[in-house]
Amino acid sequence: MPDSVAVVPFVVLAIATVGGALMVVLSRNVVHAAYWLLEVMIAVAGLFMLLSAGFLALVQLMVYAGAVSVLVLFTVMLTLRRREDAERPLDLSWAAGGVALAVLVTTGAAIVAYRPVAPRGAAVAPNVASFGRLLFTGWALPFEIASVVLLIALVGAVWWAGGDRP
Amino acid sequence: MSLFLAILLRFVGLVALLLVNGVVLIYMLRKVLARLHLRIGPNRTGPWGLLQTTADVAKLLTKEDLRATPTDRLLFNTAPYLVFVPAFMAYIPIALSPVLVAAHLDTGPLFVFAVLSMVPLGVVMAGWASNSKWSLIGGMRAAGLQIAYEVPLLLSALGPVMIAGSLDPLRIVAAQSGTWLGFIPRWFVLPQIVAFFIYAIASQAETQQTPFDMSEAESELICGFSNEYGGMRFGFLYLAEFSNMFIASAVGTLLFFGGWQLPWVATPLWLAPIVFIVKVYIGIYFMMWARGSLPRFRMDQLLGFAWKVLIPVSLVWVVLSGVVIRLVSR
Repeated sequence: MPDSVAVVPFVVLAIATVGGALMVVLSRNVVHAAYWLLEVMIAVAGLFMLLSAGFLALVQLMVYAGAVSVLVLFTVMLTLRRREDAERPLDLSWAAGGVALAVLVTTGAAIVAYRPVAPRGAAVAPNVASFGRLLFTGWALPFEIASVVLLIALVGAVWWAGGDRP
Repeated sequence: MSLFLAILLRFVGLVALLLVNGVVLIYMLRKVLARLHLRIGPNRTGPWGLLQTTADVAKLLTKEDLRATPTDRLLFNTAPYLVFVPAFMAYIPIALSPVLVAAHLDTGPLFVFAVLSMVPLGVVMAGWASNSKWSLIGGMRAAGLQIAYEVPLLLSALGPVMIAGSLDPLRIVAAQSGTWLGFIPRWFVLPQIVAFFIYAIASQAETQQTPFDMSEAESELICGFSNEYGGMRFGFLYLAEFSNMFIASAVGTLLFFGGWQLPWVATPLWLAPIVFIVKVYIGIYFMMWARGSLPRFRMDQLLGFAWKVLIPVSLVWVVLSGVVIRLVSR
């Protein structure tokens, strides 16, 4: 662990992240699971803040915790036909076990194979102003491509949902 | 140790600001609404009814903490804090004067909006956990409304930020000092008048005040998401609502009305917080005025208005002001 990161807040946030992620999987109630997911997202925003990436933390808070979680909650709450359906039974079938095992093996392999790379250039994260300048000069093309991809996804979703198609 | 002491003092200061605001705003709301309705308002407890909110706080604090049996215990107990803590955190980057600010963040307004985007999650949580149809409908409405109006709110804040060239509240306010043509104060409300109106509408929706109070809608949902809450848990939900009103007006003052600066004359440092608070309360008065005069919209009208009118208008305005700023700064 780099000594520039405060240990106590890091440990608290790490426990919150990993513990919350476990609770997402372990809680039988889907609504509770969605709120544990929210807790994980907020804790990750805290980790970004700890790495002095303030802008990234705020975006994480606004986009993932603020918007994606609400979307997840809306989907869960609107698709539950009865309130009791929120409690899901434990699925012990071979297929479920196989999927879980595959995910475990893949993630484990990725973690084992991971070699941390020391960041090039400045040791401190840039502030918002320099980040924005970089995003709209050197990285303008990738930024525009990403926004076009998102726009296409948006238009596609609207088309897919139909609406008042003749 | 002095670091911890400084943090503690700031924390206490923020709590005091929040609580005093809550008490004053509840009294003010009652008096202003009464005035608009040609009533007298609270006038029995203390002179001019001044002690009415104090009595209410005492009542809320000493009330039995009731919880209906079929509620979801964990979520029911967590929801008031998920609503209240972001409302409290939003005070952190609000600069009352160049020096009087809890933490000087160079992303001030963005921090406020990011933190406040947690509030609808708490409202949905309260609605769901209450296990009551009215509460759930109220919670879902509040979340849908706040998601929709968050986008124009952020886009309208972009105008002043683009002129100032910074997200830092201190620099945004500093950019608004001086005058145009010698007599017009350099407040961003003038060049950004469209953005200001979008901000005013969207913040009224975000704080769930009357033309947009679909989540409470007393006549149809009784009290919406806070139906099943009583005692201090209800107090937290209620207090958060009033503190969000203060935050909305304070951010509006920082972005559009020159923050703590008096027009035309230089503001002495000791006067700055007073000027700022007065401006914020004038803003709140206008919010209450709208609340007392306008009828409630229908839910589908509100969402249609946000997505089909406010967002396109604010997008066009952002592009337009970007072009103009570029041309002027040449």
